[in-house]
Amino acid sequence: MTTLGNDYLQYSKRSYGMDHDRYEWSMLQNRKAITWPKGKKIALWVNVGLQFFPLNQKGIPFKVPGGMTKPYPDLRHFSLRDYGNRVGIYRLLKAFDTFNITPTFAMNTRLAERTPYLTATIKERNNEIICHGYDMDKLHYGGQNIEEEKDLVKRALDGLRKLTEQEIKGWVSPAKNESENTPDILAANGITYFCDWANDDLPYNFKTSKGDLSAMPLTTELDDYYIILNNLHSAESWAEQVDDAFEFLLHESKTSGGRILSLNIHPWVLGQPHRIQYLEKVLDKLGSHEEVWSASASEILSTWKTQQ
Amino acid sequence: MKEDPGYYEYWPYENRPKIEWPNGAKVAFWVAPNIEFYELNPPDNPFRKPWPQPNPALPGYTSRDWGNRVGHMRQMQLLEKYGIRGSISLSTALCDHHPEIIESCKERQWEFFSHGIYNTRYTYGMTEAQEREMIKDSIESIYKHTGQKCAGYLAPALSHSENTLDLFAEVGTELFGDEAGFYSCDLFHDDQPTPINLRSGKRFASIPYSLEMNDTIAYLVQKTTPRRYGKELKDNFDRLYTEGSESGTIMCIPTHNYQVSNAHRIKAYEEALEYITGHSDVWVTTGKEIAQYFLDHYYDLVKEDIKTKKKKYDNIR
Repeated sequence: MTTLGNDYLQYSKRSYGMDHDRYEWSMLQNRKAITWPKGKKIALWVNVGLQFFPLNQKGIPFKVPGGMTKPYPDLRHFSLRDYGNRVGIYRLLKAFDTFNITPTFAMNTRLAERTPYLTATIKERNNEIICHGYDMDKLHYGGQNIEEEKDLVKRALDGLRKLTEQEIKGWVSPAKNESENTPDILAANGITYFCDWANDDLPYNFKTSKGDLSAMPLTTELDDYYIILNNLHSAESWAEQVDDAFEFLLHESKTSGGRILSLNIHPWVLGQPHRIQYLEKVLDKLGSHEEVWSASASEILSTWKTQQ
Repeated sequence: MKEDPGYYEYWPYENRPKIEWPNGAKVAFWVAPNIEFYELNPPDNPFRKPWPQPNPALPGYTSRDWGNRVGHMRQMQLLEKYGIRGSISLSTALCDHHPEIIESCKERQWEFFSHGIYNTRYTYGMTEAQEREMIKDSIESIYKHTGQKCAGYLAPALSHSENTLDLFAEVGTELFGDEAGFYSCDLFHDDQPTPINLRSGKRFASIPYSLEMNDTIAYLVQKTTPRRYGKELKDNFDRLYTEGSESGTIMCIPTHNYQVSNAHRIKAYEEALEYITGHSDVWVTTGKEIAQYFLDHYYDLVKEDIKTKKKKYDNIR
C-alpha cells in the first residue's frame, strides 16, 4: 500500500488569513455598509455571456462546461449554442428594454469577429462590454505556458477593443478558470476588474504584480446554465430561486447596507421559447422594484470604490 | 481488508428498549455546521485528488471561501434566531486562519468537534502513527483555541482508515480521559445512537449525522432544489417525531456555509428550522450532549439488548 511522506502532515500556510497572498481575509459582515445611488438597496447586475463554442474543440486542459461532448462533429451542441447568438439573444434584448434593465455583456472576442451584426447591435446599445476570453475553448489554466497565455489575453483584448471601440476594463475567463498568472497578465493589459473569483458578495481588492485588480462578485450559484443544465432544475425553479435570493438580500440590506444581485445568464439557455417567460417574470419584478438599481458592472464597482 | 468494519452488531429497528430524551422529548435535534478550510494548493494524495482542475482550481476554492467570508454569519444568525447551538464539524486549521469565526461560535457556546486539520488532507495512505498525530493535533487545536475537550469526530472529507474510530477514542483518552473522544459521526447505519466496539473497550457511541439531510449531498450530489430540500427536512423530521413516541430518535442537519447559506437557499432552510423547533417535544441540543446522555442512561441497556438478541438468534442459526 502506498503511504504518505511525513510532509503530508506539515502545514506551511497554517497561520492567520488566507493560504495565499492574493487578497486579505475579511468577513462581509465586518465591513462598512455600502450605499447605492438614490438610496437603493440592491444593485442588479445582469451579466450576459455571449459565447462561441468551436466545433473543433480541443478541450485543453478539460472540456469547457457547456461545450462539445460528442465525437466530432458534435452538431447538436454546436448548433444549440449558436441558437443563442442567432435567436435567443434577441429575445433577451427585447426583455431588457421592456423592463428597463441595464445589462452588461461578457463577450468572447471570436464571437465578436464572427458575428458583425450582433457586435454592432450590442455596440449601438452603449451597454458595457467585458471580455470573456477569446473563445470558450481557449481556457486559462494552471500549468499553461505563460507566453502562450499572454498572447491569448492580448489577442482577446486587442480584438474586442478594436471591434467594439470600447475601453474594455472587465474580464471573465471562459469557465471562470485561471492559471496562477492570469490576474497579473490581465492587470498588465489594462483590465481593472475581473469576475472569476466568486468568493464574496461585494467587490474586494485583489493583488497582482502589476497593481490591484478589483474582484467582482459574479455568483455561479444563480447562473442559468448551472441551475438549469447542471442541476437540471426547471426555468420556473430558476426564477423562484432568484426571487428567494432577491428577497433575502433585500432583507439583509436593510440592516447591513447595499447588496449586489448578480445574474449570469446565457441566450442559449434562457433564450429558449419555453424558458424566456421566466426571465421576463424575474426582470419584470426587479426592473420595477423601488429598491433596485439596475446598473452595469463598472457602475456598481465605481460606486463601491468611491466608498472605500 | 475486512468484509465488515466490526464496529457494531445487527440491531433490528423494532422491539428495542425505549429511549426517553430529557423532558419527554421524542426527537433529539441537532444541527452540525461544517466549518471547513480547503487549501488552494494542497499536497497530492495518491488516493484522492483534492480538486478537479489544475491549480488554481477556482470553482471549488472560491465557493468554500465564500462560505467563510459571507455564509458563516448568515447561518449563525439564523440558528441563533431559533435557539439552536451549532455542533461544529471543524477543520481545525481554521482556528489559525479565521479566529474571528471561532470567536463568534465560542461566544454562543457552540460545540466544536474535530473534522481533521484541513478538508483537503485525507486520511488515505496515512500510517497509524500519522493518523494518530493528525487526530491529536486537531484535538489539541480545539482545546487551545476554545478550551473545549473534543468529544466527537467526523473524519476529514469522510476519508477513513480501519483505525480511525479507535485512534480518535484513544487519543481522546490520552489527552483528557473519558471527557474526550467518545462519539463518532462517521457511520450512517441508524436513526438512534449505537454502542461502538473498539479495541480499547472504551464506552463510545455512534451518533446519527444523516448524510441524507446533508446540504452538500442534497445540493451537489442530488442537485435538489432549495424548496425540495426544505420539504425533505420537514418530511424527515415528521417521521422521526412520530416514531420518537415509541423510542427517542435523533435528527441531524449537517450543513456547510457555502451551500445552505446562499441567498437562494436560506429561506427554505429557515422554514424547516422554524417548523422543527416549533414542535413541543423536541430536544434542541448538540452532538456531545446527545452522546453523553446516551452513554450515561442507555449505553448499558442497549448493549445488553443487543447481546440478548444476538445470543437468541445465533442459537437459532
